Amino acid sequence: MSDVAIVGIGIHPFGRTPDRTGLEQGAFAVRQALADAGIEWGDVQFAYGGSQDGGNADTMVEELGLTGLQFINVANGCATGGSALISAYGAIRSGQYDLGLVVGFDKHEQGSFRVRPADWGLPEWYGEVGFALTTQFFAMKIQRYMALHGITDDALIRVAEKAFANGALNPNAWRRRALSYEEIAQSTMISDPLRQYMFCSPGEGAVALILTSPKRAAQLTRHPVWLKGATMRTRGAGSFEVFSPSLSVEDGEGASPIAARAAFAMAGIGPEDIDIAQLQDTESGAEIMHMAENGFCRDGEQEKWLREGWTRLDGRLPVNTDGGCLANGEPIGASGLRQVYETVLQLRGDAGARQVPKPLRTGYTHVYGAPGVSAVTILAR
Amino acid sequence: MAMEGKPLADNVFTWPSDDPALIGGVDERGRLRFPFMGRAGERPIELARHGVLWSWTVQRFLPKQPPYLGRETKAAFQPFALGYVELPGQVRVETRLVDCDPADLRIGMPMRLTIRPLFRDEQGQDLLMYAFRPVA
Repeated sequence: MSDVAIVGIGIHPFGRTPDRTGLEQGAFAVRQALADAGIEWGDVQFAYGGSQDGGNADTMVEELGLTGLQFINVANGCATGGSALISAYGAIRSGQYDLGLVVGFDKHEQGSFRVRPADWGLPEWYGEVGFALTTQFFAMKIQRYMALHGITDDALIRVAEKAFANGALNPNAWRRRALSYEEIAQSTMISDPLRQYMFCSPGEGAVALILTSPKRAAQLTRHPVWLKGATMRTRGAGSFEVFSPSLSVEDGEGASPIAARAAFAMAGIGPEDIDIAQLQDTESGAEIMHMAENGFCRDGEQEKWLREGWTRLDGRLPVNTDGGCLANGEPIGASGLRQVYETVLQLRGDAGARQVPKPLRTGYTHVYGAPGVSAVTILAR
Repeated sequence: MAMEGKPLADNVFTWPSDDPALIGGVDERGRLRFPFMGRAGERPIELARHGVLWSWTVQRFLPKQPPYLGRETKAAFQPFALGYVELPGQVRVETRLVDCDPADLRIGMPMRLTIRPLFRDEQGQDLLMYAFRPVA
């Protein structure tokens, strides 16, 4: 099996940039990735790109250059970046192309995501009554998980504390001030048990990646990062998903464990072989649950992991080393690719103040979103 | 159960009724879901009125209007509890939770269906919705 390499990465700072549209942020990231790879726009043979609220990615050619290349837009909610990535991966693996672009960007309005019930096949009353908020779903999921597996508020707080500490070391993050345990513990309750500083906010940002075949990688760089696994999956029957007026009484498997298993199988390794992980942290509870759903620990062990600091930059498995969604915000089209950007940076040894101090060989990224989608990558030096 | 007002939406619960029930839907494969959506091959079925609390939370900020029908301002907003109640052998329904202090909510506690005027329309008429309350 021939691998696919990542040879260029680019990013537009996350947060709020009022004077740049989502598309402009995307183009900014693309130019940076081209420079990082040492190539020109004319060298790009194909592109996959996506955004939820930032506009059609393919219109970026107006700014970047009208070369007539194949440019396909991808829409998969929170898995948009991951889906764009595996599409590019497939295009190169098939032998059809040997150099392509993946770009993801977004620019969301302030406040919680506005949901139109009809878009989700839901009756109007569902939104009218005061359901249809993603915050409620995450709160109810972690509420039950905590009761079943002995996770306490301490774990929720420590995830957020770690996120903002890492964000403070990340010049591209939105939230760059470390928050104390007490500040987080006393922040406004949003949706019990989750408080304000435990939630990410919809935001803005863009990331671009240049992918190549092994042959092109050898011509361009001595330090490619290899995509050993890249998967996107949907949920199984009976899983607890957002915007569900009812759930089956039979518990089912969500998309994350399905995507994780498939990625590990592709890469031929297991969770114990991963050195650094970026896991969807829409809120503190999500990072906790996703540690188990992706196979890194058993349900309930997260309480000890967090208390012992095992997921900090100096821990045995650093998680969300760039501050995650909590510190970077959540521009849906970009987040999955931000995780890959961070992993490549860490594997290259270029993460600066937040560089994980131990030798790194493998990295893992995971996103999850409505209506029950997940995308995972496994990367290796 | 005599009550002023009209249901906020049709086919969500039986009404008018002395002993209302939620209306679910069963498809050809026997899969039960709530609410009844009238899809092809789906037939309506009344759901159980008692269940246990499966999970819960409290909505602490004013949801975006629209779609939220409440007319409160941000400052006047009163938090409300919501959760899922498992109707044994049937389905877990998402629901508002009433007559309870959030501090007393426990996963596994017995809950009972009730109908309440949770909203008002523009003419000031009560709009009725289902909710669950702790079994006393």
